[in-house]
Amino acid sequence: MSPVLKVDDLKVTIGGNAVVDGVSFEVDAGEILSVVGESGCGKSMTAFAVMGLLPKAARLAGGRVLFGDADLATVSEKQRRSLRGDDLAMIFQEPVASLNPLMPIGRQIAESLVVHGKAKGRDPLKAAIGMLEEVGIPEPEIRSRQYPFELSGGMCQRAMIAMALICRPKLLIADEPTTALDVTIQAQILELMKRLRDETGTAILLITHDMGVVADMADRVAVMYAGRVIEQAPVDAIFARQEHPYTRLLLSTIPRLDGRPKSLLPSIEGVVPDIGSWPVGCRFNPRCPLADQPCIERQPPLEPRRDTGLAACWHSDRVEAML
Amino acid sequence: MSEPLLSVRDLKVHFPIRGGLMGRPVGWVKAVDGVSLDIARGESVALVGESGCGKSTLGAAILGMQKPTSGTIRFEDREVVHGDAAMRHALSRELQIVFQDPVSALNPKLTIGESIAEPLAIHGVGTRRERRERVAELLGLVGLHPQHAERKPNAFSGGQRQRIVIARALALNPQLLILDEPVSALDVSIRSQILNLLLDLQQRLGLSYLFISHDLSVVRHFADRVAVMYLGHLVETGPTGDVFAKPVHPYTEALLSAVPLPDPVAQRNRKRIVLTGDLPSPANPPKGCKFVTRCPLAQDICRQTHPPLVEVGEGWRAACHIRAPATISGGP
Repeated sequence: MSPVLKVDDLKVTIGGNAVVDGVSFEVDAGEILSVVGESGCGKSMTAFAVMGLLPKAARLAGGRVLFGDADLATVSEKQRRSLRGDDLAMIFQEPVASLNPLMPIGRQIAESLVVHGKAKGRDPLKAAIGMLEEVGIPEPEIRSRQYPFELSGGMCQRAMIAMALICRPKLLIADEPTTALDVTIQAQILELMKRLRDETGTAILLITHDMGVVADMADRVAVMYAGRVIEQAPVDAIFARQEHPYTRLLLSTIPRLDGRPKSLLPSIEGVVPDIGSWPVGCRFNPRCPLADQPCIERQPPLEPRRDTGLAACWHSDRVEAML
Repeated sequence: MSEPLLSVRDLKVHFPIRGGLMGRPVGWVKAVDGVSLDIARGESVALVGESGCGKSTLGAAILGMQKPTSGTIRFEDREVVHGDAAMRHALSRELQIVFQDPVSALNPKLTIGESIAEPLAIHGVGTRRERRERVAELLGLVGLHPQHAERKPNAFSGGQRQRIVIARALALNPQLLILDEPVSALDVSIRSQILNLLLDLQQRLGLSYLFISHDLSVVRHFADRVAVMYLGHLVETGPTGDVFAKPVHPYTEALLSAVPLPDPVAQRNRKRIVLTGDLPSPANPPKGCKFVTRCPLAQDICRQTHPPLVEVGEGWRAACHIRAPATISGGP
């Protein structure tokens, strides 16, 4: 089976500096791929590049974004627009800021049906109300006539998910979809996304920095650092054993609910490097306890590890014993 | 137990909802509605709950930034609520706060040395030179170089700025720090550094912390005791280990189960209680138990009367008619 989305050697630059630098991954139908990393690692830029929503200052400088027969890196804006909201949908971190404040949510949801010519033979507003019900909004008919400011954050996020899913997209990109929400509402939204994936087979690209959300949702995980994917593996494998020191440290710095209280947590020395001043060689080398001469000189390629994973490290064999 | 450092009794902070012809209140938002809480010396108490539960308002009231409607706040032997300006001023030496966002908490035009020395200057502590020495000492304490004092905040990363904010909070040797989401604005790889620093400072300086957070794995790691708030009320309070192991209140239970564990196998095998609906509006809370609209156990009594906090273990109390009935049990 061919993947729904295949990103190949993607490169995005801002003012000549690469913010996404040779990123490749695939997402299959019905699969949730989680892209994790800290702020500035390029995970959101990768998503924006796929959606064709890069900010003005950013430029898609290379690589391919294969979605069905189309290469999203080169298609016309018109073609892209016809895909966006139809086969390709996205939900954002700030649901309230992403909705039109001047339009009732029912009409906003119905709009995407009309725009993509999928309203033939049915009442788009009725379909929107049905969708609101599907995402678990009580009294959907009343809610559909309300404006975003009349709804809570969790409710707005549901409305946005309803809007994203009404055309039954093949791929849903969710950029930190629950970061702005409380945990009990987060739990509702995550359950909803999983249920919709199960029912419609939508592929999901889930961008997050929360390892709990990753463990809960992902089938596969891609870890990004300084514009590159540095490790990729199925979720169980990557939580059980890491092949890159950054992944290993990142997972170990999180206090665990079954850990020893008040113990000293491992930490990663230094700070995330700024865009444009990425170190030569392996970009993690200044913060890496395993770094030696090869790491400073040459950038390690992303290569297969064990059966199912990929990692970009000269010293994967020493990662397990490093802590 | 010895006398608590901070003792809050039946604290209420109500905000009027203005409306009508003369701007008279047409209703009240009961942001904090009868909360009692103690913090002992050297203890960390975590205040958890969802947005709108009143945890930040409670923190603001303790700091004196928000005047309570009723109730008392005692700090050592001083009654805080009705204190005059001089007493408040003196008290601000003992009580400091660290906010969530270190970027907006620092004046971009001052060097960080000036920022850290500011509380000293306001309280007239030391000469200029002594203050400079104290700044150097504080920077060392939080793991920064004393030479950094001459730089502006924009020369520092988020994690370093939070260290600077912590140094400033410690300038006057306070006894209690209110930590309002101190790591949630920071990158994941930096959080553990700041948590380690806070734990280390507590040990070295004997600080007490009121830790306001929604990140329960951090709370579990950090706090001695936890207090769970819902719509202005404490629904459960007790030793962190006990509460996390066997939560009594159904809200605590749901809150804990909603936090995804960073472990895919454990997470898959876990029963998650998904609450339906949102937090009700604090302007129009339900009658009886405030959690009744979302509670899977709710019965008639819950809709009618508000449950009191009942002892369920040592230093452990919960407010639930079903799980912690108020009737004296144990009798024949």
